[in-house]
Amino acid sequence: MGRFADTFLNWAVMAQYAPRILEGTWVTIRLALAVAIAGIACGLFLSVLRAFRFRAINVFIVFAVDVLRALPPLVIIIAFYFALPALGVRMSAWVSTWLALSLVLMAFSEEIFWAGILAVPRGQWEAARSTGLSFLQTLRDVVLPQAVRLTIPPLTNRTIAITKNTALGAVVAVGEILYQAQSAYSFSYNPSPLLLGAAAYLILFIPVVCFGRWIETRFAWKR
Amino acid sequence: MEALIRGFFNFDILAQAWPILLAGFWMTLLLTLAVVPLGFAGGLAVALASTTKSFFVRAAVVGYVDLFRAFPALVLLMLVAYGLPFLDIRLGAFGSVALAFFLNTSSYYGEILRAGIESVPRGQLEAARSTGLSTLQTMAWVVLPQAVRNVVPDLISNTLEVIKLTSIASVVALPELLHAAREAQALTYNATPIIAAGIIYLVCLWPLVRLLSRFEHRQIALH
Repeated sequence: MGRFADTFLNWAVMAQYAPRILEGTWVTIRLALAVAIAGIACGLFLSVLRAFRFRAINVFIVFAVDVLRALPPLVIIIAFYFALPALGVRMSAWVSTWLALSLVLMAFSEEIFWAGILAVPRGQWEAARSTGLSFLQTLRDVVLPQAVRLTIPPLTNRTIAITKNTALGAVVAVGEILYQAQSAYSFSYNPSPLLLGAAAYLILFIPVVCFGRWIETRFAWKR
Repeated sequence: MEALIRGFFNFDILAQAWPILLAGFWMTLLLTLAVVPLGFAGGLAVALASTTKSFFVRAAVVGYVDLFRAFPALVLLMLVAYGLPFLDIRLGAFGSVALAFFLNTSSYYGEILRAGIESVPRGQLEAARSTGLSTLQTMAWVVLPQAVRNVVPDLISNTLEVIKLTSIASVVALPELLHAAREAQALTYNATPIIAAGIIYLVCLWPLVRLLSRFEHRQIALH
């Protein structure tokens, strides 16, 4: 037992690297928020653009969304970070991770918003248009408020899943929790920092997962 | 344009890298065939355990599911791959990935299957029991077939995510597709292998994405 505690809960090692992990926690929080905001905003924009039903634009949107849903996020991050410099496009590790995850969240949230827009009955469109509202007014004031409500549970879950992927940034050395924990582990050759990092994720994400659970029951589709 | 072809779509490089990429592809396939059935079986156990009357079992299941859903899969993988050897448990790269994926995906499959079981009306269970089927028979022949059918889109969606997730095995040096691509990139000093790996993922997973899209739109039409 003593050996176990020495190995996995080594206070000296933990105390030494705790500030690094705390620093990593802030990076994770900032990265996750930046991904959530950019991804959802772009997804909403694309779904609204799709509602105009320009054929060429929609074909492009569907194609882009499909590609971003089929590729593993880590492949996209690595392509941005290691492949794009061949074209003279250089991004920092942080930007590569942020951009890749934002694009993935954009694709998923576009699909979710679009499903929500389609779920609003046609009669709502027709009624709103016949009262004299313009297309844009109908979309903004009648359709989107109803659509967004339907999309909240799936969107919350998807956003949580994708913000957890910020850990993938460790692979290209973004200084977030996992990277800090991993490098502390390599320096000290002791797994305590890994456990500390895991604890940091639990403290961050258990409330978020519970929140997602609550949202799911709160906004459950009434059948 | 020429830089694009030379750096991203270079056939000489591709010819050199092809054997490595192919070996990586088979490893990804093997990994998928190992972790998807394992995770599904674990998820089934989780879902069945959550239907028992015992409060403690159900609480333990919720704890398990929330715990492993809160961890990013990569964090779990690092804990298993780097932490367990300190306990003298050596699983090797493939074993570590299998265990980490089992913990992660069984929670997700478990949540989905639980929702499926809950969606089957109680009357089905009561009717089956009153015809003389045992609890086990009722579950196996009446409840589960309907439960699974009700959540097919979610099961496909999760399976797609799991297949994409196998790319993180590259981090613990399991020679799957992404790892092979990075190795080939390092050998040839050219980004073509990474782009090729992306295209392989795309070709394999696009049909699944399309199928999912169809399901999602059909689901909306039902509401």
